[in-house]
Formats: sequence, structure tokens, C-alpha cells
Amino acid sequence: MRNLWIFLSRYNAFFFFIVFFTVGIILTIRNNVYQRSVTFSSTNEVVGTAYKRLNVIKRYLNLVQVNDSLSAENAALKTQLLAIASIDSTQITKVKDTINHQQYTLIAAKVFKNSVTLTNNIITINKGSKEGILKDMAVISPGKGVVGFVQNVSENFATIRPLLNQETAISVALKKDNAFGSLVWGENNFDYRKAQVKEIPNHYKVKVGDTIVTSGFGGFPKGIEVGKVTNTISTGDSFMTLEVALFNNFSTLQFVYVVKDKFAEEVKALQPEVKNEQ
Amino acid sequence: MNSRVIFVNIFRWLVLLFVQIFLLRNMAFYNLSTPFIYVLFILVLPFQIPNLLLYIIAFVTGLTLDAFYDTLGVHTSACIALAFVRILFISVSLNREAVDEPEPSLGNMGFRWFSLYAVLCIFAHHIVLFFLEAFKFTSLAYTLGRTLLSVVFTLFIVLLVEFIFHNRKSA
Repeated sequence: MRNLWIFLSRYNAFFFFIVFFTVGIILTIRNNVYQRSVTFSSTNEVVGTAYKRLNVIKRYLNLVQVNDSLSAENAALKTQLLAIASIDSTQITKVKDTINHQQYTLIAAKVFKNSVTLTNNIITINKGSKEGILKDMAVISPGKGVVGFVQNVSENFATIRPLLNQETAISVALKKDNAFGSLVWGENNFDYRKAQVKEIPNHYKVKVGDTIVTSGFGGFPKGIEVGKVTNTISTGDSFMTLEVALFNNFSTLQFVYVVKDKFAEEVKALQPEVKNEQ
Repeated sequence: MNSRVIFVNIFRWLVLLFVQIFLLRNMAFYNLSTPFIYVLFILVLPFQIPNLLLYIIAFVTGLTLDAFYDTLGVHTSACIALAFVRILFISVSLNREAVDEPEPSLGNMGFRWFSLYAVLCIFAHHIVLFFLEAFKFTSLAYTLGRTLLSVVFTLFIVLLVEFIFHNRKSA
């Protein structure tokens, strides 16, 4: 027993290393298998508040770009408004059933914390369960482009698993002929401006410059423009992979819209759970 | 260890973590090279620090970083690996009783010893960090490249900081 004690204390650096390193690895693995731990992630109110303070300065510095994007969106909305206003409403005699048209409502939220340099990036926003945000809701960016899915929700904050995360896959389609595949990021590519579309059947003719839109499956409204094809790669089997330049810039993301789907619960109850595309 | 040493180290911890979290977190060259300046804090802890205390400090530092990076466990493991290499290198290269310098900084130990010490420690830290972050060996070349480029970047900043703040003794 005494010898054992001497042995342990002589090589204490090594044994401490084993103990502490094991704890570190266990933390990492638990964190990868289950969703992010709530205690230490930025959903944590303390960390969230710290980022909130910092964000006041950051928001100020980016005002120019944000103003530009907001005014561009304003212009687009106004154009739509004009189109509606010019319709001669006295001609309409039928009562339109709008219940089914209001499938999606958007909740605007401010980005507190964002990263684009990691392998699995996470975004934190300033709206939580108080405003009706639920897990697995789709998130889009102002203007063009998709962001990702809601991952964790606390009372005032929520974390988003964006496209720039290896676990995220978003169902997309080609705008011209609706061939659909899944949009992923992070396979031998860690550039936040590019992503890949997998599993497009080989017989579709895809040209560089074709537009990719959301397919309407899995939480996102149909037809949101995601990006442009920059390259096509044939994988050898009956599918091909497309390289896509994304329309939205994740590194300057300031606001996002969380998409509230009225029928999400109903659809989810009807379908068996699909793992890759939520 | 008197109270001045403790105070200086707490101050260093706050400053380095603040710079790391609020400035360097957003900085990278083509997503390949990312600097982690906070390792300097563990590098220049005093020589007399007991092994257990060193590990606990490294653990807490890593955990704090993880809280802000949303990567629970990754930085913690990397810091523990760094502490282990630090102990190993110091015990191999120096006779602990014969050293009368308080801490292993550039000004105290000279450029050759310090740069070798820093390279080994930073490399241990980064290789654990990037492999745990990727968590697979399929993109081996990419992860290794990322590690090496980041080591160069971190080392550059560590030496720069050391040259600015610790050169009074050798001059």
C-alpha cells in the first residue's frame, strides 16, 4: 500500500493528467451525443447577458450594412404593397378563405452571438419561449437565404443550429424544375459562403448559375431563394452534388426571422420522424 | 507565493480571456488559422505551482473558454494536455531546485528555451483542440493543416506579447 502511494505521488503529474483529461473527454462526448448542455451554453443567462452588452457596440459598428439590407427589404415590401393596392377590389365578389394562406408567421429576432469559424457553429438570438419560439422551428434571414433550425429554447433566449453546422441538413430544390436534394455544409469545405446540395438525380440538366430554393418540406416555406450553383460534381452513382454560393452572408448576420408554421404540430404527428431532414 | 504573484496572475487571466473571447474569437485567416492567445496564461504560471493546482487552474480556464465558445469539454481537454506537456518539459529541461527565476517567461528564460517550450505546449494544446472539435479522422489532412497554421499564428502572438511585456530583465 505504501509503495503504491509512493509510486502514485512520484508520477502524480501523469495521473492527474489522466484524471482531468478523462473528465474533459467525457464532457466533450456527452456534449456531442446529446444536445448542447444548457448550463454552459450561451442559453445560460449570465453568458447571454454578457453578449447582450457587447452586442450594443457591435450593432452600432454594423449599422451601415443593416440599414442597407433593411431598406432593400422595405423597397421589396413596398413594391408588393403597390401591386396589391393597384388591384381593383370592387371586382372581387367571392369571400376569400384566408385561413389556409396564413400558414407561416414570422418572428423577428436579433442575433446576439454568432460564429462562422468553427466546425459546428451556433447562433444565439434574443427571443425565447416567451415569444412562442419552439424547438425545431425554421429560421430564415432577412432578404434572401436560409439560416437553420432552433435548437434549444430558454425563457428569453434561443440557440439556432445554422446551416454552418455539420448536423444541419435543409431540403432544397432547383427553382426551374423542382428536383430536390438536401443542402449541407462542412464536408471538406469550411467556407461560410459556400454549401453543397446532395442527392440531385443525375438526369436533371443543371447549369452554373441556376438558382436553388427551399423545397417546402421540413419547416421552411417553399421558394425561399438560397443560393446559386457554382459547380456540379458527379459522384459516380446516380446522384450528383452541386456546389452552391449562398445568397446570405452568415458573418454579418444581425437579424433573423423565426418561421412559425401553423401546421407543424399536425404534420409532425402525422409523419414518422425522419432523422436527417427535420 | 505571495499575494502580489496571485494578483498579477488573476489580472493576466482576466485580460487574456477578455481579449480571446471578445476579440480573437472573431478572427481567422480563411478559417484555417485561428489564434488562441489565452494559453499564454498557463505558460507563464510560476514554477513553484503544485501540479494539482496547475491542473485545476487549467481546467477552470478551459471550462470558461468552453462556456463562451459553446464547445463544452474541448478547450478543457486541450488545456489539460497543455498543462501536462508543460510539467513534462520543465522537469526534463530544468532542475527545479536550481531555478531561481519566479516564472518561465521569455525575459527570464531566454529566447531559445522559451520558444521551444512555447512551441511544444501550444502544439499539444492545438492538436487536442482541433481533433476534438472535428471528432473524426476522415478530414485528417485538413485538421492537421489547421493545427499547424494555428500553432504558427498563436506562437507569433505569444512571442510578440512576451517581447513587449517581459523583456526588461534581459535588456
